[in-house]
Amino acid sequence: MAKNVATASASAPVVADKKRNQWKEVWRRLKQNKMAMLGLGILVFMVIIALSADLLFPKGFDDQMISRRFQLPNSEYWFGTDNLGRGILDRMVHGARVSLSIGLFAVTISIVFGGLLGAMAGFYGGKVDNIIMRSLDVLLAIPSILLAISIVSALGGGLFNVMLAVGISSIPGYARIVRASVITLKGQEFIEAARAIGASDKRIILRHIIPNALAPIIVQGTLGVAGAILSAAGLSFIGLGLAPPNPEWGAMLSGGRQFIRDHWPMTLFPGLAIMITIFALNLLGDGLRDALDPKLRN
Amino acid sequence: MSRKPLLDIKNLNVHYITHEGTTKAINDLNLALYPGETLGLVGETGAGKTTTALSMMQLVPDPPGKIISGEILYHDQDLTKLSEHELRKIRGNQISMIFQDPMTSLNPIMTVGDQIREGILLHQKVDMATATKRASDMLEVVGIPMERYNEYPHQFSGGMKQRVVIAIALSCNPEILIADEPTTALDVTIQAQVLQLMENLKKDFNTSMLMITHDLGVVANVCDHVAIMYAGTVIEHAEKHMLYRTPKHPYTQGLFGSIPNVEENVDRLKPIMGLMPDPTNLPTGCTFHPRCPHAMDICQVEFPRITRLNDEHWVRCHLYSADEEVSHE
Amino acid sequence: MLRYIARRLLLLIPVILGVALITFTMLYFSPGDPAQMTLGEQAGAEQLEQFRELHGLNDGFFVRFFNYVKNAVLHQDLGLSYRNRQSVFAEVALRFPTTLKLAGLGVLVAVAMGIPIGIISATKQYSLFDSISMIFALVGVSMPNFWQGMLMIIFFSVYLGWFPPSGFTNFNQMVLPSLTIGTSTAAIITRMTRSSMLEVIRQDYIRTARAKGQKESKVITKHALGNAMIPIVTVIGLQFGYLLGGAVLTESIFAIPGVGRLMVDAIKMKDFPIVQGGVLFIAVTFSLVNLIVDILYAFLDPRVRSQYR
Repeated sequence: MAKNVATASASAPVVADKKRNQWKEVWRRLKQNKMAMLGLGILVFMVIIALSADLLFPKGFDDQMISRRFQLPNSEYWFGTDNLGRGILDRMVHGARVSLSIGLFAVTISIVFGGLLGAMAGFYGGKVDNIIMRSLDVLLAIPSILLAISIVSALGGGLFNVMLAVGISSIPGYARIVRASVITLKGQEFIEAARAIGASDKRIILRHIIPNALAPIIVQGTLGVAGAILSAAGLSFIGLGLAPPNPEWGAMLSGGRQFIRDHWPMTLFPGLAIMITIFALNLLGDGLRDALDPKLRN
Repeated sequence: MSRKPLLDIKNLNVHYITHEGTTKAINDLNLALYPGETLGLVGETGAGKTTTALSMMQLVPDPPGKIISGEILYHDQDLTKLSEHELRKIRGNQISMIFQDPMTSLNPIMTVGDQIREGILLHQKVDMATATKRASDMLEVVGIPMERYNEYPHQFSGGMKQRVVIAIALSCNPEILIADEPTTALDVTIQAQVLQLMENLKKDFNTSMLMITHDLGVVANVCDHVAIMYAGTVIEHAEKHMLYRTPKHPYTQGLFGSIPNVEENVDRLKPIMGLMPDPTNLPTGCTFHPRCPHAMDICQVEFPRITRLNDEHWVRCHLYSADEEVSHE
Repeated sequence: MLRYIARRLLLLIPVILGVALITFTMLYFSPGDPAQMTLGEQAGAEQLEQFRELHGLNDGFFVRFFNYVKNAVLHQDLGLSYRNRQSVFAEVALRFPTTLKLAGLGVLVAVAMGIPIGIISATKQYSLFDSISMIFALVGVSMPNFWQGMLMIIFFSVYLGWFPPSGFTNFNQMVLPSLTIGTSTAAIITRMTRSSMLEVIRQDYIRTARAKGQKESKVITKHALGNAMIPIVTVIGLQFGYLLGGAVLTESIFAIPGVGRLMVDAIKMKDFPIVQGGVLFIAVTFSLVNLIVDILYAFLDPRVRSQYR
């Protein structure tokens, strides 16, 4: 027992130090991956544009003027105007805020709940594990977009409900990842040591297990933001997500659908924005995976 | 005494080229395997033993592996110059190989019988029924009841799997059998059985064998000649008893400790001061000089040439190249 | 093996009950009074009460859930559509084959494209073909399905006039929807096949096969592919679920009369029983597909097979 205590106090700073170095090493490897850096660059650019939307496009996303509707791309309206004469680019930039924050918040919801459920299942094992994982199996049996449809149709649309629905629908994936990491970590010495010095379960989960399960969650989370943006866009597209005049990208596509034959900019540009964002997130996610676990690299 | 070797490797160089750098895995390696004999290839992990074996099969993974220069002569043809098609007729037929880890060497989704039969169908002009019969017979030969023909690798123990691998290798009665540490992955008790089996089969099938190992006990038991490898090259090549009695290269001497004796049970390599050099950054001259107790000025500059002490013994070391009494020619 | 299938089918029951609980809960909490929604604005108070009594709407949550399940199992009854008072079960079942066909065609397109491209990419790693197909795969994963469908309509229907933009009865009509729904899955299968093949090609038993003197093409098809297929089959099974989900969007773009379009129309009319009925149907199908995948696993992998003997 005494020996364990000694190990714990001695190894804790070492572990922390190693962790810091590990992240530095990950960043170094990530920097070498040109595609991942391209993805990161695109994302940083998008976030900056989205944050400064009011400065760059002060007209806002709902500046209607029928007389200038259906313009093709020109020097004033780079991506043309829509059926109500609003600049498509103006709307897209303001919409970036909405789409990106849906992605981020939905993933945060799934990581927090999925992470906690997974950690509990893996940590306690036995009955708790069984109940949690079997319940999540039920969620997994419903394709995520349908689960989101089911939830939003009951709760109603709107920004928060969409985030919630999209977030809930991908909880099981994170729970599984965290559970798997926890089970591997549980047997390791430093957890035993923490337990030996009398750390509470909550403390062990929050301070030891979750930080160590972080790597796979970061990868899954990056790809998850992409999935969440896609799901939200899909919901809006079928009229379940955000209603007009909200410039969420899926809602913009939904608005363009009526004019698909006559005015292509309304279809092309918002979709392109979604695609480039998802593409960038995928590049970054793949890069992170390689950087975090070089063994997996092909 | 100057018989013709069955397989003769001359000044072979193999590099692994990646964007992180070039690994010089094999450097001016010479090796001769005589008909009907067992040659032990001995060296530490990372000395290039497996790459040597894969070169003989022409199975060095490319990329990143490249045979830079050298010859591998077998029946008057240079294996490095043969086409893929010609090589396929030799692989598994005239030259076979047993890999280190029987756990992973068998295809998990094919029955063991079919895996033995595959080679027979490839190299012998027989119909399916005959091939199946021969594969079953091979199972019996390696001591597995032929009733287990239709079982899958996961149903066999490690030792049994290695028997299957041996059966695959010997199924076409090859002239040369390359065994890459065939027993290191097995339990000690199983090791002896598998080695005994290989010994017997080698005699029955009249096969020449290259036995790759880091276990001097195995060498003492089964080999006729021994080649000692260090940093991608053979530094000493001799008839077994000569080598055990009069090891010449300082590295070999280090391996055996101060008083080597073939009768005495030398099981494991004795540690030598220092570590094997990094193959991406080999020392100049003789690659052993940083660790060598007898290092001279020339050793840092010049890669030693082969010095023939007699027909059955040569060494790559400057200590002997200057000595005119023993260096012929 | 039969015992294994039977056991798996039994295990499916709680999962399906769980799915039913979710769809029922969502229905229970969805806005609007079911009686009012079904009978319409002009229905009198007495009529409404009668309807509630008849359909047990006055009962508590669990009694209603019990009845929901009982009726679904015994009478294939998932309630009435708010819009036209038709049986939800019948409405969904009528359109279900179309959705299944669309998803099936999507899988077909995805497998036909993804597996060969993945294999070639893996065997020629770092080649031009590999780089190009990996970039295309990444783009394919990144495109929203419904947007791709819209672009295809603009290009192939409006601009080139090659394929009709709607319908799903003849071959020409099926081309665009199948491509739309299959592309992202094709991209995923390509990536999965490539990484799985790369993993397998590195295995020792592939070296053993080469050492036997086997032809490289045979080494790939006979030794590598079978082993690489095992994880790919899982992905295909999972993707089938996403395709059933994706069908909701694709059907609505191409005006295909399947469950998805029914659901989207129902969403607009606030016809919630239809929406939840559709979700339940698809989830049950998805569970069955996953069961089939697990059984297929046993055929592909003798290690799994012997576990269930």
